[in-house]
Amino acid sequence: MNRHLISAADLSKQDTLLILDTAEELARVADRPIKKLPTLRGRTVVNLFFEDSTRTRISFEAAAKRLSADVINFAVKGSSVAKGESLKDTALTLEAMGADAVVVRHSASGAPHRLAGWLRGSVINAGDGSHEHPTQALLDAFTIRRRFGRGAGEALDGLRVTIVGDVLHSRVARSNVWLLHLLGAEVTLIAPPTLLPVAIDGWPCSVSYDLDAALPKSDVVMMLRIQQERMNAAYFPSVREYSRRYGLDTARLGQLPEDAIVMHPGPMNRGVEIAAEVADSPRSTIVEQVANGVSVRMAVLYLLLGGLEAGK
Amino acid sequence: MAHAAHPAGGQPGITGDGVTAPGPTGGPPAPGPQAHPKTVLEAAEIGRALTRIAHEIIERTRGAEQVVLLGIPTRGVPLAGRLAGRITQVEGRPVPHGSLDITMYRDDLRLRPARRLGPTEVPAEGIDGKTVVLVDDVLYSGRTVRAALDALNDLGRPLAVQLAVLVDRGHRELPIRADYVGKNLPTSQQEVVRVLLAETDGEDAVLLEPAGAAARPRGGVTGRRR
Repeated sequence: MNRHLISAADLSKQDTLLILDTAEELARVADRPIKKLPTLRGRTVVNLFFEDSTRTRISFEAAAKRLSADVINFAVKGSSVAKGESLKDTALTLEAMGADAVVVRHSASGAPHRLAGWLRGSVINAGDGSHEHPTQALLDAFTIRRRFGRGAGEALDGLRVTIVGDVLHSRVARSNVWLLHLLGAEVTLIAPPTLLPVAIDGWPCSVSYDLDAALPKSDVVMMLRIQQERMNAAYFPSVREYSRRYGLDTARLGQLPEDAIVMHPGPMNRGVEIAAEVADSPRSTIVEQVANGVSVRMAVLYLLLGGLEAGK
Repeated sequence: MAHAAHPAGGQPGITGDGVTAPGPTGGPPAPGPQAHPKTVLEAAEIGRALTRIAHEIIERTRGAEQVVLLGIPTRGVPLAGRLAGRITQVEGRPVPHGSLDITMYRDDLRLRPARRLGPTEVPAEGIDGKTVVLVDDVLYSGRTVRAALDALNDLGRPLAVQLAVLVDRGHRELPIRADYVGKNLPTSQQEVVRVLLAETDGEDAVLLEPAGAAARPRGGVTGRRR
């Protein structure tokens, strides 16, 4: 394992399977009367969130606390960052506080990479701009592996994953394409042409604009959120039209193979990219994904911080 | 790394994998004719020792009715399974058995890179109010057992905890002793005790290797005790 987790593309297949297998063992802690392990006692994990996030921050906080680490939540609103402090000065402050790991979310792609150059501790990317969100991809891979009954050491060979929606702005899509491809899945991206990145040719996946044609050939459908906050231009005529062409409703759910699952990284826009009945159907893994997120993040924290201190 | 040998430079204060470490880099003797591993227990002797331990457990726990056997990965797990099988043969009733991984409770985590976790499978009936018999292959410093006691503490409240080991090689660093011992094996700290089991290694044997033994079947054992 590297010292940092910045990008899913940095992970080897071996590292990825180690994280998933470790998460599988750690998932059992959630079923125990005492949901805590002493492993990271005395270690400090700082949650540094420059962008709003509920589930990712809480998930990392729960993961760190289950491993007995001390957690400092650094919310940007009301901090010195709001007063104009630079990322570097914030980093130096965290360094002085003795942060062993910094979980960072930032609106600028590449911010965690910069941060890693300034800090002695580990940096974990919790989403940077439209670049990457590696722990989300790990938890998605974990969820798929579990749902398809594959055990420790097994990858996702032969599974067909269709990712639908705003790929252009989606760090989740980018991380997932790399990680799922690494694990042997066949990934197809479906989006309106305006919501696909320019350099999509270099991604290890196929691309299509036709959702209905892809559904019968999908074991997993992953719906992406329409990110209103990143849309500063008109990417499609109207939300209703988007929903009609690219939303997953009950009729489309019926076109999926019988054991196919529906995923969504959250937060959902019910009625836009996913119909409420689909989100609440037994095929939906949306709630599981949240629970699995804690296990996967525990595994990442343990593997980055649990052993010999980096650089010694 | 539950089943790999200790990586160079590490300090296995405790071991859970049947391999206990030889001494520091104090110039191990050149492997000569005497440097071959010696078989201290053969398959049949391991079988007899386990049968005896199974009977002792039944006797000490009055029929093993409330007993749960928990093996410490890697090689404690098959040993726990074998003991459970023997108790079942005698008592005619299944004995719950499982595994208890102690990696997250080790006291030397920070001395080596993060290791792969072993399985923890606690039988469905849980451990509350039961007599838990921890099973491991080698008892050495006692640190593994200390970690296992901590791990048990987070899983429930057993009525009693006992310890069964195939080999007790001495050199304890903590006030811990075994209730059931397959063989007491006086060793020097420079020697390596290697337990092989059919389930994990394809054969049953306990080997005693002198320090610096040349040919090692599985990886190098280069760790150092504190």
